[in-house]
Amino acid sequence: MTDSLKLIFGYLIFPGLIFSAMVGMIACWIDRKVTARLQYRKGPPWYQPLADILKLLGKEMIVPEGVSNAVFLAAPLFGLSAAALVALILWQGNLDRSAGFIGDLIAALYLLTIPSLAMIIGGSSSRNPLSALGASREMKLILAYELPFTIAVFTIVVKAGSIMIGGVASHTAVLSVSGLIAFLVALLAAQAKMGFVPFDIAEAEQEIMAGPLLEYSGPGLALFKLTKDILFFVLPLFLITLFLGGIEVTTVAGIILAVLKYALILVLMVLIKNTNPRLKIDQAVRFFWGPVTLLAIAGFIFAVIGW
Amino acid sequence: MLNPFKWGLKKSPWVFHLGASACNNCDIEILDCLTPKFDIERFGIVLTGSPRHADVLLVSGIVNRQSIERFKRAYDQVPKPKLVVAIGVCACSADMFRDSYNFVRPVDEIIPVDVYVPGCPPKPEAIIAGIMKALGKIK
Ligand code: SF4
Repeated sequence: MTDSLKLIFGYLIFPGLIFSAMVGMIACWIDRKVTARLQYRKGPPWYQPLADILKLLGKEMIVPEGVSNAVFLAAPLFGLSAAALVALILWQGNLDRSAGFIGDLIAALYLLTIPSLAMIIGGSSSRNPLSALGASREMKLILAYELPFTIAVFTIVVKAGSIMIGGVASHTAVLSVSGLIAFLVALLAAQAKMGFVPFDIAEAEQEIMAGPLLEYSGPGLALFKLTKDILFFVLPLFLITLFLGGIEVTTVAGIILAVLKYALILVLMVLIKNTNPRLKIDQAVRFFWGPVTLLAIAGFIFAVIGW
Repeated sequence: MLNPFKWGLKKSPWVFHLGASACNNCDIEILDCLTPKFDIERFGIVLTGSPRHADVLLVSGIVNRQSIERFKRAYDQVPKPKLVVAIGVCACSADMFRDSYNFVRPVDEIIPVDVYVPGCPPKPEAIIAGIMKALGKIK
């Protein structure tokens, strides 16, 4: 009984839904503020992401005419529940390194694609040509970045000799040649997973409005935004676990180190975001399947020969 | 205590720019608000591309025979609660196009308008002040 209560608490509050959403919102605000400062603007106040979500939750939800209610309304829930689950799995694997099950890394890898799948389902179910276009772009983007991302993850599996989150977290992969290469590849893929510039092709505000999210209003849109905020916590955590030796929160020094690692990834992401123009979808696919995959394979070979 | 959803609406009004058939000057002034000089993101205002995401409609221009149907449909696509700000004398009163063969009805006879921002075109400061006034109507 207490075990299942603990699990529900872990999933819904800490470190699942609420906690990861909070950290994600702070990260989202930092991102917006830094972007604004770079453009010589003042930028939004600190509570901005929270205000956005609250407002959307209080608004009317319109389901477009002729759309399947079940699919349209369930799509954002899929994404949100998967994102919160990854937060829980990663956090547990980091804190208790012997916990977890064989292959939980693979489970996390699968769960991380579900938010993108939810976008595709929602976009294609909303009966809008621009949403469909956005969904198709998202699909191509997934095909493009998943290949190098998976190779990068398996580079670390070979390097650390473990396929469990606890095992790879105890290994600071980025200090070796193969680990560094895999880190770069995974960072680019994470950028695409977040839908950040230069890979915000699916949402492309200026050309196809908001792509798959175009027809969503009110709570549905709020859930998609929340999923994105949670991913802003989960993806850096995933990268830290794989490449930077995981996090430790039992000591003060450990907490400071964890925050520094998180900040490092955040800075890299915001930097890439603010210094690049958007790619076209064909360029993105060519980029990921060409140079990035070759780099990932090279990293994998280095890992096998022990560099 | 303000209701949290209302607080959110006040702090994060996303605007959709609904050009009914403006001469494009008002539209340019609206875009001016996004520039670093005016920076409306300070107030949490974001320009959205889809009426489904919008809270505040910025209407510019006169509504003519061609655009009236689309105009009404775009208004209906905005989820409630929604606010409307009429930008420019065209949207406020039709002004010099009042006698045009193509003019149908003033904006406020087609949809409810919350705030009028006169000017031809109004200054960006006036537009921002108009949006903030509209938000003041939320109780
Ligand atoms: S109010 Fe003036 S500037 Fe604005 S649309 Fe009308 S004519 Fe153009």
